[in-house]
Amino acid sequence: MSYKETANTLRNAPDENGHFGIFGGQYVAETLMPLIIEVCDAWSASKNDPSFWSELEYYRKHYIGRPSPLYLASRLTEHFNGAKLYFKRDELNHTGAHKINNVMGQALIARRMGKTKIIAETGAGQHGVATATACALFNLDCEVFMGAEDVKRQKPNVDRMRLLGAKIHPVTSGSSTLKDAMNEALRYWVSKAETHFYIIGTVAGPHPYPEMVRDFQCVIGEETKEQIMAVEGRLPDTLVACIGGGSNAIGLFHPFLDDEVKIIGVEAAGYGVETGLHAASLTGGRPGILHGNRTYLLQNEDGQIAEAHSISAGLDYPGIGPEHSWLFENGRVDYVCATDEEALEAFALCSRLEGIIPALEPAHALAYIATIIKTLPEDHIIIMNMCGRGDKDLEAVLPLLEKLGKL
Amino acid sequence: MIRYTSDRLNILFKKLRSKDASALGIFITAGDPDFDTSLKIMESLPEEGADMIEFGMPFSDPMADGPAIQASSKRALEAGGSLKRTLDMVRLFREKNNFTPIILMGYYNPIYNFGVQQFLTEAIEAGADGLIVVDLPPEEDEELCLPAKEYNLPFVRLTAPTTSNERLTTVLQNATGFIYYVSITGITGTKDVPIDLVTHAVENLKEHSKLPIAVGFGIKTREHVEQITRIADAAIVGSEVVNAIANSLDADGKAKPETIQTTLSLVRDLAAGVRGK
Repeated sequence: MSYKETANTLRNAPDENGHFGIFGGQYVAETLMPLIIEVCDAWSASKNDPSFWSELEYYRKHYIGRPSPLYLASRLTEHFNGAKLYFKRDELNHTGAHKINNVMGQALIARRMGKTKIIAETGAGQHGVATATACALFNLDCEVFMGAEDVKRQKPNVDRMRLLGAKIHPVTSGSSTLKDAMNEALRYWVSKAETHFYIIGTVAGPHPYPEMVRDFQCVIGEETKEQIMAVEGRLPDTLVACIGGGSNAIGLFHPFLDDEVKIIGVEAAGYGVETGLHAASLTGGRPGILHGNRTYLLQNEDGQIAEAHSISAGLDYPGIGPEHSWLFENGRVDYVCATDEEALEAFALCSRLEGIIPALEPAHALAYIATIIKTLPEDHIIIMNMCGRGDKDLEAVLPLLEKLGKL
Repeated sequence: MIRYTSDRLNILFKKLRSKDASALGIFITAGDPDFDTSLKIMESLPEEGADMIEFGMPFSDPMADGPAIQASSKRALEAGGSLKRTLDMVRLFREKNNFTPIILMGYYNPIYNFGVQQFLTEAIEAGADGLIVVDLPPEEDEELCLPAKEYNLPFVRLTAPTTSNERLTTVLQNATGFIYYVSITGITGTKDVPIDLVTHAVENLKEHSKLPIAVGFGIKTREHVEQITRIADAAIVGSEVVNAIANSLDADGKAKPETIQTTLSLVRDLAAGVRGK
């Protein structure tokens, strides 16, 4: 059965219990449920309140710097000599990535709930920086949970968070990376229920987070739709975005789900899916339950969660947002992957040809585009979400590019 | 289809209530620090005064547990622990003991991965008497709670200080076996149990349900056990027990000859605090 036979629209999910088909849900301890119910109520009230959205719109325009441009990447288009390539420039947002779109929305909800303290988890540090930024602006206390490994490999972002006034909790449990930071943030939240709001950074976690984060990120796709209509007078043929948890991707994809547009999500293949060292939950995982929702997960034969691997700390997560698992199974979105090495080449290419240093995350999307664009006709339009800038990655990337002879 | 008929939990609580006594529940993680040591500890728990065993099914991401139980889960997994091995231990335990209730406690992913029907069948055949699956709130009852009901296997609910009376109605709807009251707002083993608040909460629970009430999280000493068993049907101790195991290990994290005895002597001491013993 294709998605077209099962529904008139793919934009109504999740149902009221947070299910996207069999995915999503609220798989958390009862100790956490009262907090989750409180967030559900606050989100329902805000999402139906026009004054909430106009407040958010103010910050989008004057603080984040939206709308972000839709830019024709002309030298890459020329270089590939195939389809026409546009970038949605979400790396130009304040703090340098799409993460702030979501954080501003959740911070406004936290304020409406009267919460004075914020918790966040972070992998690469972009969500942590965005959260620390919003907390500075709104005078909220900020505590960020970050895997001890990531604290080491993302030092510039750790310094930014500290400067912005956030307290960093390095997490040493489990594998000391993003999934463990999320476990620890959830544990901490249970003990601070009265005062704290947890700003989750991606479209994962228990309902309502996957829906709420998506709705805050949909501004990406909504703007894209208007912008491409204005310059090309028609919808694009293909959308491409990278996927870790999948928040930038769902933000771009969701407004186009009911349109005749091909949609492709690019997961991180690490050293290659066949090596087992990757972060491609859909390509290399199977359904399971983690962090409050059912989704595709990397796990062993006993259902123990496996460690992900990607050169990009932002994609280094063994799960994926439940809506992506649903869009994968119903076939609406194609999910593919790109390796560390392919992403590095795209990273260098984009820097040289466009004067845009991409984050390693969207470099994966560009790496996949490089494999399909040449064979597509010149009137074919591809839009890629340039969801973050690469300054944070230089320390990790430069030695590797030297080794590959790309510097 | 197999059905659970052993009824060990009911038999235990009926017997204790008739004697005006309470129970001591001891938590250990299956396979911590290794299969053989863990089985020996488990087999000796009843004679040291444990009335029921909360048996942790190790999981890589124990979201509701504090550092002590996280570490015990990790030790068990590193020593080859798994859901299948956990059920093997229950089977071996039942060869020698047919009366101590065993409550399997853990997280849903390994069970989902194992297959719900398969898991329920094997858990009952092995000799388990109930389930506590931390990340399955009433919102997700269709996953395992309702299937367990069809098999007649008790599905124990957790309630917390943050559970409102309105919420309690939802939580208790499909509760069986006993009610597990989480005494602190937080994770296992971090704070001490606040006796006054617990007394009040247990009285409130008794008004809402006839099920036995067990209290856990934050019970660390014989004095705690004394105080809790005066007000509740059972006190459950976990983090202190797995800490005793952890502290007895050698530098490589392997069991030493005294690991079993150190752990059991802690249990003996805790059991001396139980009301009616």
